[in-house]
Amino acid sequence: MSTFDLSSSHGGGRRGADRPSVRSGMRPGRRANTTITPQGTPNRRNTELVLLAFAVLVPILAYANVGLAMDNRLPAGMLAYGAGMGALALVAHLAMRRFAPYADPLLLPLGTLLNGLGLVMIWRLDKAGKLLRGNFPAAANQLMWSALGIALFIGVIVVLKDHRILQRYTYISMAVALVLLAAPAFFPSRAEDFGAKIWIRFGSFSIQPGEFAKIILTVFFAGYLMVKRDALALASRRFMGLYLPRGRDLGPIIVVWLLSILILVFETDLGTSFLFFGLFVVMLYVATERTSWIVVGLLLSFGGAALVATSESHVKTRIDAWLDPMAAFSPHPPPGSTEQIGQTLMAFGSGGVTGTGLGQGRSWLIQFAAKSDFILGSFGEELGLTGMMALFLLYALVVQRGLRTAVAARDPFGKLLAVGLSSAFALQVFVVAGGVTGLIPLTGMTMPFLAQGGSSVVANWALLALLLKISDSARRPSAEPTQAAQS
Amino acid sequence: MNKPIRRVSIFCLVLILALMVRTNWVQGVQADAWASNSHNDRNKYDRYAYPRGNIIVAGQPVTKSDFVNGLRYKYKRAWIDGPLYAPVTGYSSQAYDSTQLEKLEDGILSGTDSRLFFRNTLDMLTGKQKQGGDVVTTINPKAQKAAFDGLGNKKGAAVALDPKTGAILALVSTPSYDPSTFAGGDPATDGKAWTALQSDPNKPMLNRALKETYPPGSTFKLVTATAAFENGMFQGPDDKTDTPKPYILPGTKTELKNDSDGEPCEGATLRDAMAVSCNTVYGKIGADLGRDKLRAEAEKFGFNNDKIDIPIRATASYFPKNSTPDGTAMDAIGQHDTRATPLQMAMVASAVANNGTLMQPYLVSEERSANLTPVSTHSEHQFSQPMKPETAQKLQQLMESVVKNGTGQKAQIDGVTVGGKTGTAQHGQDNSGLPFAWFVSYAKASDGQQVAVAVVVEDGAASSNEISGGSIAAPIAKSVMEAVLNK
Repeated sequence: MSTFDLSSSHGGGRRGADRPSVRSGMRPGRRANTTITPQGTPNRRNTELVLLAFAVLVPILAYANVGLAMDNRLPAGMLAYGAGMGALALVAHLAMRRFAPYADPLLLPLGTLLNGLGLVMIWRLDKAGKLLRGNFPAAANQLMWSALGIALFIGVIVVLKDHRILQRYTYISMAVALVLLAAPAFFPSRAEDFGAKIWIRFGSFSIQPGEFAKIILTVFFAGYLMVKRDALALASRRFMGLYLPRGRDLGPIIVVWLLSILILVFETDLGTSFLFFGLFVVMLYVATERTSWIVVGLLLSFGGAALVATSESHVKTRIDAWLDPMAAFSPHPPPGSTEQIGQTLMAFGSGGVTGTGLGQGRSWLIQFAAKSDFILGSFGEELGLTGMMALFLLYALVVQRGLRTAVAARDPFGKLLAVGLSSAFALQVFVVAGGVTGLIPLTGMTMPFLAQGGSSVVANWALLALLLKISDSARRPSAEPTQAAQS
Repeated sequence: MNKPIRRVSIFCLVLILALMVRTNWVQGVQADAWASNSHNDRNKYDRYAYPRGNIIVAGQPVTKSDFVNGLRYKYKRAWIDGPLYAPVTGYSSQAYDSTQLEKLEDGILSGTDSRLFFRNTLDMLTGKQKQGGDVVTTINPKAQKAAFDGLGNKKGAAVALDPKTGAILALVSTPSYDPSTFAGGDPATDGKAWTALQSDPNKPMLNRALKETYPPGSTFKLVTATAAFENGMFQGPDDKTDTPKPYILPGTKTELKNDSDGEPCEGATLRDAMAVSCNTVYGKIGADLGRDKLRAEAEKFGFNNDKIDIPIRATASYFPKNSTPDGTAMDAIGQHDTRATPLQMAMVASAVANNGTLMQPYLVSEERSANLTPVSTHSEHQFSQPMKPETAQKLQQLMESVVKNGTGQKAQIDGVTVGGKTGTAQHGQDNSGLPFAWFVSYAKASDGQQVAVAVVVEDGAASSNEISGGSIAAPIAKSVMEAVLNK
């Protein structure tokens, strides 16, 4: 199957039966046979189970690999870990069978695999011990957060009967998202946060509200745009070949733009700012089908970036570090520079094509945030270019399955929500991996599922659950005979 | 909405493709540059991840690798008889990089040299532990020990060469240091040892044999005499000179003095002037020859050559390009601006002993892999031809007279032909420093074995007269020659 096989999403003959389509060439007689008896429908849950077995097995083997490489023996907790991950995945799978039987079969295994690999790498870095400055065991904590994330995943699958219910909470979502986004600005940042204020702290407990805001804001955008899309799309003036929106319709995009800028200025969080703005432009474009929104969006983002880059020293530092990652190693490093980017690039280079093998690299040299923002450096060094390509393909698959869900969804809200969640995921992967590999300036965000960080893993499990619910309703065979009669 | 969703999915594909291309660039194309970056500490750790090869003296290693199993480093370099061989081996420290053979031969010693690739691959396939190759030196341990013991707690250096091959038989610098004290292990004690060595006013880490230049004093008269014969100024060692008394430096009113007024230097023969080391005779010869002829001869011996690599690069000895005639007269007796390394003066003696042919001095006779297969062997070759063989015969007569009945009598060895030249070099502001005592010599045994030696002792003489070179440096040279010739 090709990675971005979207064109066939409407005509997949194999599953033609579990999705009604007015353009389907299926014989009406057969359709009537299969759609009303869910028991006989190929709902792909068995595929999911097989994939899930691999998704649990691969991290267990990786776990064993780390233990053998570092201690010459299998890790003591291997069976418990395997059983734990397996049980969690199995419960999630059973919930899917019961409450989202027609959902996409790939997303749960993909999430499980990425999460499992992340846990192994965090455990491996825990084992670096004193080599990693300020190292304290994080794998157990992360495992707990993963369990919590899967619990939330199951909760969403079970409790949320239909994703369209979320539509009712459009404006509440906006309010909650704004509160979440604004909150970190009122909490003191620590020295080791490198100037980014993206955490809410209660003692030793901290959450990164931006990760949750990402989902809640998407819900708001989807609800808002579904209502306003006609006004935004049709009431426009033609100018130089572009359909420009009316001034009053520009309001919301200006508000979101300002919000991004404010996040950037007050929380110095380049990544979140870029993510939200990009997300909004993408959703606006999908809702209105107007290319002009992209032009407006690009102009605004370049304008905002230029404005902030020149005025905010924090952003300027990040750009300087991107242009010359090795400057931090010079005898007189520029103020505010860190060795991390250079160290990560050297980790990538030392890993080369095949990598050193799990447990045999020295990615602890990255030091600060080696387990969170820079965890890709460890993967790059120990699994090499080969492993990195595999990881990117896994992420691409998540995005592709999400967008495919968007194409298949039957209601505009579902389409917008799915496209928003998937592209937010894609943008986040791009921003983090691009920053770590030196493609774009570094921004403080975590790699979904892989990186250490409770908020991130919990939020991304919730994101997957939402996508699966939309997918379930999109692929659920309609019992209404009128649908079949149309064809 | 499906058309824009498909476009968004293409956009997301482009984002992930960009990540893949970038990662290919970093881990594929640029990988080696990042891996070998000087700031990439992995190379440092790799160097001590398995046993380092050894530096061999007379079939016995003078180095070893201690298995320390540290947090970052598995092995640590150690030296057997460190202070004795430090000027040969240099050091290889985990915290302070490496020098000399340890640095120049690092490819062989650490096993990363591309010529060891086949061996390494074979070892990897057969599961043998990787090990660095060995570097075999030309050092004669008895000569090395004799020179080291002879210098004792005095500051100075000694170099012994085999005139026929150029092999370096002894390379000693005192005071020396033990590289083991800061090779690795405890950063605190290493740091203390390193700082102490660095701040020691006696500069124990300075390789005086190669890296320090001294005014060669009267030993340079050998070069002046060579130039005089080569330019046809005199025909034989017993030719009389027209040296006046007093000899006034050309263009000045300053009298060039001999060590004592009683010395028979007025109109002396070259042989007698060499035996008692007449400054006036050789000063006048230098002035009469002129600086260019003298410099041309000096350069044939290796002066002004900053690329004398044995393979450790010796500091260039210096003979001035511009000086006034009175300066040239002083240069001709090894004062004023003339400076020479002990290696350079050993090369002068070596050329005389080898009938005018100067062989390229070398320290490494063979590089070999861990299983003793030679990787490279030194092929002896000529460095230059500073004089005709006839001239060399005349010089030998002059030098042998010095030992037989001149200032170098303390270097006499029974049954061996010894030629030598003493030197006492003034230095410091108005020559206020304690003079450097030199002795440059060669010995030829009846079995054809030869050795050329240069010894310098800093601050060696309480008085400035010529006796100090003969009394302090000559016995050391004698013991080295005896050690080489087994006397």
